[in-house]
Amino acid sequence: MCLAVPGKVLDIEERDGTRMATVDFGGVVKEVCLEYLPDLRVGEYAIVHVGFALQRLDEESARQTLELFAELGLLQEEFGDPWEAAATEADEDAVEEVRK
Amino acid sequence: MKYIDEFQDPELARRLLDDIHATVTRPWALMEVCGGQTHSIIRHGIDQLLPKELELIHGPGCPVCVTPLEVIDKALEIASRPEVIFCSFGDMLRVPGTGRDLFQVRSEGGDVRVVYSPLDALRIARQNPDRQVVFFGIGFETTAPPNAMTVHQARKLGIANFSMLVSHVRVPPAIEAIMSSPSCRVQGFLAAGHVCSVMGMGEYPGLAERFRVPIVVTGFEPLDILEGVRRAVRQLERGEHTVDNAYARAVRPEGNPAARAMLEDVFEVTDRAWRGIGVIPGSGWRLSSKYRDHDAEHRFQVDGIRTEEPAACRSGEVLQGLLKPHECEAFGTVCTPRTPLGATMVSSEGACAAYYLYRRLDMPAGKTREATPVV
Repeated sequence: MCLAVPGKVLDIEERDGTRMATVDFGGVVKEVCLEYLPDLRVGEYAIVHVGFALQRLDEESARQTLELFAELGLLQEEFGDPWEAAATEADEDAVEEVRK
Repeated sequence: MKYIDEFQDPELARRLLDDIHATVTRPWALMEVCGGQTHSIIRHGIDQLLPKELELIHGPGCPVCVTPLEVIDKALEIASRPEVIFCSFGDMLRVPGTGRDLFQVRSEGGDVRVVYSPLDALRIARQNPDRQVVFFGIGFETTAPPNAMTVHQARKLGIANFSMLVSHVRVPPAIEAIMSSPSCRVQGFLAAGHVCSVMGMGEYPGLAERFRVPIVVTGFEPLDILEGVRRAVRQLERGEHTVDNAYARAVRPEGNPAARAMLEDVFEVTDRAWRGIGVIPGSGWRLSSKYRDHDAEHRFQVDGIRTEEPAACRSGEVLQGLLKPHECEAFGTVCTPRTPLGATMVSSEGACAAYYLYRRLDMPAGKTREATPVV
């Protein structure tokens, strides 16, 4: 019940004075109330909980986070201990030799 | 969202884990507050991949688990009345009250219906003007705004046969109670991402400062949790204690102002008993006097119910991070998801249910599912 899940807005309409949307959750489509995110647009993503859109999902932030994660490895390669890296590579070479 | 697959990327998870392993130099204990995060951690085996010095303690963030027995008994009594259609989220059906649950009330002839949204209950009220429709309004700050909006709509549309049994709880007072306990071992928090989507981060700097603990707002995908852990242990190793947002794609510092305004209008803060823990001051919401007409407790006069927890159930200690689920003698023997002693086992988001479903531990083979390693 407490799980809130991301969904994509397919369609928006006014019903009984309430802003409602049709939202796609990876194939499952449900009616969602937009009263708490009145400026959400068709094609945008939001976190939805018990039939209410509670927060817009920011694609730019998602992309930045993924870039940070990807960079973590690069930074380690750049600033890590070169002796350790060489030793790891040597081990990998040894394993390759055994396989051959 | 289209990024979900990428937030489960094993290669990126390995990089985050490497960074965490390189950062941790001594023992630390972090609490993840939300039951959804607990399930993600156990399901993906994240706790087993972390450095052995780093312990994840499961917090009280399962609304089904912490709803007090007294409120469950009130729900059972109201749901038993012939004039009532009682609407609830599905995960409340098997939560044991004193002697029975909502599922049994239905089998005894009560009109108990499962709804996906509180607005569904309001629609049922419009369709059945000669019946009393009651919605079971439980949950944390994520669930409270939808419920608040539903009561507001009922009042606006003049739907007089709709009322709500309200037992909402708030996270920050629970953090305060956990940190104030003399036996507390928690040194940092992974704050519940979706609670913060609504409430923002304004309630946390005071707590971080007062208890000198880092609080990192954290999401639910494996990479989100690893990033939350990474940022928390970085702070701990440096002796810092600030509030940090590791879930920026869904959490703005101010939260959702429209939802917060509705909460303030419809609810007022009250002391609330947490199942297995006891009363935490200021930790709940009840309907404000303006909406008294839609308060099911007022309408059905169910005061005076006094109940006691089963003595064998140690879910209170589990909820406070003092006991791991499998350390309880009843775990997996007399207490299973089919025969739960307490709500931490019956709730799909409870810590005991997570351990039962995903961990092998010392339990007989075939009783649990394998965790799916994240890397």
